[in-house]
Amino acid sequence: MDLTSINPVLLVASLMVAATPILLAAIGELVVERAGVLNLGVEGMMITGAVVGFAIGVNTGSPALGFVAAAAGGAALSLLFGLLTQYLLSNQVATGLALTLFGLGLSSLIGKPYEGIKSPTLQKLDLGPLGDLPIVGPILFGHDPMVYVSLLMVLGVWWGLKHTRAGLILRAVGENHDAAHALGYKVVRVRMAAIAFGGASAGLGGAYISLVRVPQWVEGLTAGAGWIALAIVVFASWRPWRALLGAYLFGGVTVLQLNLQAAGLAIPVEYLSMSPYVVTILVLVLISARGRHGAPGSLGRIFHSTG
Amino acid sequence: MMFRLEKRPSPSRLWAAATPVLAVVATMIAGGVMFWLLGKDPFEAIRIIFWDPLFHETFGPYSRPQLLVKAGPLILIAIGLSLGFRAGIWNIGAEGQYIMGAIIGAGLGLAFYPTESRLIFPLMVLAGAFGGWLWAMIPALLRVRFGTNEILVSLMLVYVAEAFLASVSQGLLRNPDGMGFPGSRNFKDYPAAHNGEILAGTGMHWGVAAALVAVIFAHVLLSRHMLGFQVRLSGEAPRAARFAGVRPARLVLFCLGMSGALAGMAGLFEVSGPAGQISIDFNSGYGFTAIIVAFLGRLNPLGILLAGLLMALTYIGGELASLMLGIPAAAIQLFQGMLLFFLLAMDIFTNFRIRLKKPEAA
Repeated sequence: MDLTSINPVLLVASLMVAATPILLAAIGELVVERAGVLNLGVEGMMITGAVVGFAIGVNTGSPALGFVAAAAGGAALSLLFGLLTQYLLSNQVATGLALTLFGLGLSSLIGKPYEGIKSPTLQKLDLGPLGDLPIVGPILFGHDPMVYVSLLMVLGVWWGLKHTRAGLILRAVGENHDAAHALGYKVVRVRMAAIAFGGASAGLGGAYISLVRVPQWVEGLTAGAGWIALAIVVFASWRPWRALLGAYLFGGVTVLQLNLQAAGLAIPVEYLSMSPYVVTILVLVLISARGRHGAPGSLGRIFHSTG
Repeated sequence: MMFRLEKRPSPSRLWAAATPVLAVVATMIAGGVMFWLLGKDPFEAIRIIFWDPLFHETFGPYSRPQLLVKAGPLILIAIGLSLGFRAGIWNIGAEGQYIMGAIIGAGLGLAFYPTESRLIFPLMVLAGAFGGWLWAMIPALLRVRFGTNEILVSLMLVYVAEAFLASVSQGLLRNPDGMGFPGSRNFKDYPAAHNGEILAGTGMHWGVAAALVAVIFAHVLLSRHMLGFQVRLSGEAPRAARFAGVRPARLVLFCLGMSGALAGMAGLFEVSGPAGQISIDFNSGYGFTAIIVAFLGRLNPLGILLAGLLMALTYIGGELASLMLGIPAAAIQLFQGMLLFFLLAMDIFTNFRIRLKKPEAA
């Protein structure tokens, strides 16, 4: 085994790429859950975004259009979830599971003709001399635009939730929907908007896998990334910056195990590839052992106004 | 809005029974549209999926036994899941428990190869149940001890189990006479461990028998036993359950353990019978489809029996449709997903009355 073949600078740069899809999905789901809705369909929306983004990217030759289409696709699917849970008052856990099963079927149906094709991928942003700086160059200035978009989204969500009126209303709806309703806020409308945002973000995350990270379409491409995004929201105690930390931590584990596989560590490949999932479980345990921090008060509860 | 929803004091039993049927009809219509969009004749496609597997002159005799082969594991897993779902305990990692049950049960059988004894197969079944139970105990104990979310943990463990399956089918359990190909010995060549048909030509194997026993067992448990009452109470009125002295931790261990053991058994029956051997992809997603079966059967044992048969029919019909019309297998998966959506959407009629809104007084 040759551990010197692992370059720490490239490792950090590639962990950011590995973490971006999960970060995008997690930040979307975080907003949904802060509005009091538990959407377990992240995996389904991600994989739908992945296939839609890939198909549009291949057909138009423009990855940017692919991302737009993926966001639209994810949002459309999430509105189906919204319709069921918010207007038809169905159980959120069951409906989220249904969304995932539906999305997995839909994606493999759409994706069949696209198997084995290479897609156009995003070019790295050219920041001139900044990218040539030692160490910080490849880490901070050597990425494609979506990495920066994901970071801006974290900033935006943090700012929006903390410092804007809309964010305050969203949090009120999530903490106590009956009180928010009594104050005259449109609970269902706020939640539908949050759900659509979550769907669009998950779609973007999925498309990042199919257009940048892999970049190819294979069935079951997301391989549980949506579920890990859900775990990261819990890990983050529903706070945006901690979601960033969680996603990068997870990206780090993924990239490290891939590097160890390549370096020929004496552990079988299968055990290394299960490590991200095992680490996710361990982190969930650590977080839950400290108690229930910051879960929105109305999370997962059905809102039905009798008035 | 023109309509107003009024919560029913208790769910309507009539609607609870009618919604699955309506959901199937709605899915046939929406599925027909989907097949039409795929450029196929919708009526022919629906007929091939729902009618031909049972009654077609040439395909029927081959497909009919497959109905029980596919329904067996679905029912067995769904019965276990339904207990937890009723109590608000969400085990969605049945696929992982199914894989681990198959590995441990098959591993035990292979360890005895080539001993012939009547005891080997029953022991394998027990080992399979134990494997699934053990895998389900991980989320159960974590939830009881630390309050960790069982949905996420049980699901993560599916991916861990899949990686483990890949490892053992290429390593530990690989057929030593298989010339290096991945996959274990085939149980068809090892009579003491083979889960063959009980009645030739019917598809009835020991797993199907176990599924029927599980249906009866669950029915009795839920309608006649204190534990079943506690399961129902915890789901319908968690606060009342606590006052009635239900210990939530015990219930979590019971529900997850039970569903894990049943899923593990289902895995063992599958691997020693229809699948024949441990291989990287012997599992075919029954653990996830069983979630749909559990809901479609209204979390009711007898309902699950019917739902399992129906879902098995869509599997077989789907294979037939892909053979005859070239409808991709994924379309069937989508079809099954749609069914669950329609069912959940229509549940509003079960829990609410829909009233025309009276004009408001000015």
